[in-house]
Formats: sequence, C-alpha cells, structure tokens
Amino acid sequence: MTDVLRVLEAGLLTTIQDVGRPQAVASGVPPGGAMDRFAHSAANLIVGNDRTAATLECTMRGPRLVVEQPCVVAVTGGDFDPRVNGEAAPMWTGVTLAPGDELALGRRRNGARAYIAVAGGIVADRWLGSMSTSLMTGRGGMHGRALVEGDVIAAGAPVDAPARSLAADLQPRYEDHTLYVIDGPHIAMLSEESRAAVFDSAFTVSHDSNRMGYRLDGPALETRGDEVLSFGLVAGSLQVPSGGRPILLMADHQTAGGYPVVANVISASMSVAAQLAPGDELRFAETSIDAALAMRAAQRAALEFLTT
Amino acid sequence: MPPQRYTPRIRVHPLGDTALLAELGTRLDTAINTRAIALAAALKKRRDVRQAVAGCASVTVQFDPEQVTHEALGAAIRRLASKRPPMEEPGRLHRIPVVYDGPDLEAVTARLRMSPERFIEIYSKPIYRAFLVGFVPGWAYLGPLPEELELPRRTEPRTQVPAGSVAVAGRMTGIYPLATPGGWHLVGRTSVRLFLPDRDPPSLFRAGDRVKFFRVPA
Repeated sequence: MTDVLRVLEAGLLTTIQDVGRPQAVASGVPPGGAMDRFAHSAANLIVGNDRTAATLECTMRGPRLVVEQPCVVAVTGGDFDPRVNGEAAPMWTGVTLAPGDELALGRRRNGARAYIAVAGGIVADRWLGSMSTSLMTGRGGMHGRALVEGDVIAAGAPVDAPARSLAADLQPRYEDHTLYVIDGPHIAMLSEESRAAVFDSAFTVSHDSNRMGYRLDGPALETRGDEVLSFGLVAGSLQVPSGGRPILLMADHQTAGGYPVVANVISASMSVAAQLAPGDELRFAETSIDAALAMRAAQRAALEFLTT
Repeated sequence: MPPQRYTPRIRVHPLGDTALLAELGTRLDTAINTRAIALAAALKKRRDVRQAVAGCASVTVQFDPEQVTHEALGAAIRRLASKRPPMEEPGRLHRIPVVYDGPDLEAVTARLRMSPERFIEIYSKPIYRAFLVGFVPGWAYLGPLPEELELPRRTEPRTQVPAGSVAVAGRMTGIYPLATPGGWHLVGRTSVRLFLPDRDPPSLFRAGDRVKFFRVPA
C-alpha cells in the first residue's frame, strides 16, 4: 500500500466509494456504493483494477489533488473539466502522473458525479465488507466522512498492464434525462390522473436531494387505499409519501418503508439518474423487463471492451 | 389425518429488472412474518440471489438477471413458499428498560382516553416481535401493538427525534436508534443502544427477535 495522492482542495462532496455493502441492509444499514456504477466500473477497468475496487466519487465540483508517488489514474463520469498541471486531461482513459503533478477537477460541464480510479485500487477503512463511505453512520472510506484538505489517499499495488480507453461511441453523454421505469408493486394505488402525470410530466430534482434520494418537484401524485405494510426497499424505487411529492431512492437509501412504490427505475437508467443534479429536469418512460435487460446488456458489453 | 397442505397466495411484483417483491399477505401477522423470514433465509442460499430481506409480510429479493429470469425466480419462490412452514426457533428475548416521559405521552393518552399509568400497563404487557429490521441502522418494527393503543402517526413529523426515543404508531412500536426525522408518537426513552457499528451484524435486534419493555424511574 502506497500513499499516492494528497488533497489540496476537497471539492464539494468527494467520498470514497466501492460497490457497497448489500448484505448490511438486513440490519437497516444503507447499501451505499458508487451512485453511477457504469462510470465507477469503467474507471477501475481502464487502470486494470477489479471493477469492485474503491474510487473517488466527486460531486458537482471536484477536488484538487497533488501526486505523492507515480501512479496511473482514470477520470470518468460527468465532465468536470479535468486538468493535469493546468492542461486539459482526457477522460475515460489512463493518465500517468509523476510526483508533484497536480490533478484538478473543476465545476461540472455535464453530469453531476465524476469518478477517479487509481491503478491498484484506493485502500481505505473497510466496514461491513465495504470501503464505501457511509455518511449517515460515519463509517467506511476516509474515516466515514467526505475528504478534507490534507487527507492522503492510499492505493494497493497496481497490476502491470497498459491502461485502456473506452471508445468515444461507448461513453455516456448524460444529455438525455429520460429514466426508464417498470411499474412498481403499488402502481394501482395511484389515481388515474396521477398515473398519467408520472409519464406525461417533467419532474425537477429538488435541492433537498442527496445520495439517499432525490425529492422530485412536479405534479403531486395522489395515492389511495390502505397503508402498505413496511417492506424492503431497493435503489431506483419511486416512493410516494403522504403529501404526494415523490422520492427516487438512490444508493444510500433507507432500507425499508411503508409508502407505496409506484415505479422502479431500471438498472441501466440508474447511471443516468446518478448524473442528475438539483435543478435538472427528468422524465419517466415506461419500458418492459426485456427492454431493460437489453439496455443492461449493452452497458455490460461496453465494459467488456475494457477487459478483453 | 394427513398434514394439511399449505397453499399460500403469493403475489410476485418486479422492482425494476434486478429485484422483486414477493407478498405473502397484507396483514400484520406473526405466522406470515415467520414464513417471510424463512423464505428470505432459503432464498439467500441461492447463487443467483444477491440479497433477500423479509418485510412484515413480504420478501424483497435482489438477484442477478444474468443468472435467472424474473419468471424462473418467481416460480422458485412459489415452490419454496408452498412447502410447509418450518418450525420457528423462538427469537432471542431482549428486556428493554424504558423511562415513560416522552413528549407525546400526554397527548397520546388524552386521545386514547386513558391515564398514562393505564397506557404503560397495557403497553408493557406483551412480548413484541421484531417483524422487520430496517429503515435506518438498528431500527426494528416491533408489534403488534395492542389494538386499544392504536393511533395514526403524527400529522406533523418531527425534523429531529432524539436517539433512544420509544415511539408508537398504528399497530407498531419502535425505538429510534439514531437522531433522525420521525413521525411516530414519542412515549418514552431507553438507554439501550440498538445500532452497534463495531459488531457484525451491527443491529441489536434481528428479524424474529422478541422484545419486552419494563418501566424504570426517570
């Protein structure tokens, strides 16, 4: 394990994330993990890591980092105008850095979350089987908190292989804010008008949105019928609390609840959802499980190019 | 007489393309919850299942769609659930000390038209069951609450409920493990810690455990 990067400026919210702790939901612990799993996986695969290795998840405005030891990094996800020593640096490819180099991510030009992988994989506090930062419990990652100035980031031993690149036509653009959904278990509890409103209206990600979930502004959704007995929730669930303002559950979601779930965003669209920022507009579109699996397969195929 | 064959009515709903919800019933019922917990345990053993968590009367299953389809997993769930429910081992019993000085105790007892003494007597009598652990780390939905204590949740949820608050709503009771927002009626508090981050699993309560409250002076 080597100290490879030191934080000069932390950015708005930069956390260490891997693929989370799905087993911990039985104790009520949010599963966590990278919000955009495609960008996270791609960053890791580009530098020769296992796709489950930990990366830095940068939110809205990125960090400024100084290199302590020679390393190879990859920057993926939203375009935060990455620069090395002030010069524009390419994304979705390996970048070799020398001690003293400065890697800086700025404000977002598109998307909401950028990922930085380091060859060898970032090494940090492991809690319940995962290095993901759990902000709610203050565990995992960098001592359970977002990065601050002066933090030192360590990485494991890199594999000796040339870095790869994700071809331009396989890189996501984050321009289309359509989230494909499948009807949820409680869709029948929506009134006829509200059901139509889910698909005919645009919703805006509100400012009280975070890694737990996005509160959506738009038409209020009216549900009727008995209360639902509390049940296990998954990321992507569109939950309608009393009051009718829907919440899209994201990576750090509450693990159970009793509000109706009227739709579920498909796995391939969760990477799109992860790149939405407060103020962004989105639309829901109905799809089928077969179509969802086809979109999922296309994403997996894109990542396969990085492993073969 | 041959053993009665158990024929539950199960509804399986997709939760997107990588998860599903199997509903075993719509009532808060110990027998249904016992079956949900057993079904979740059986499903967790499958290689194509990533996680299975029992709800009050359901199981939420996350699976690997590269290994199994919704239909095949749904059929497997129906098969597993049609087997005779296993004999449940009694869950671990927790005795929880409570100081009954919650900020909502007076309003709750006024609405229920009973004295605080009577409320505490009825409330601390049953052994509650942990139907579901979840929502926030260490929280357990405990129940069923005696019918005469049933109230809808507060119309105005609190933005911050202190950790250790003992609360009631509907046919359930629970203890807030962390300071979080909450809409339940706060009737007391306990010093027992429910979220144990240095243990694995990190929750004092597990689904199926039993909980008995006893009164302690302030």
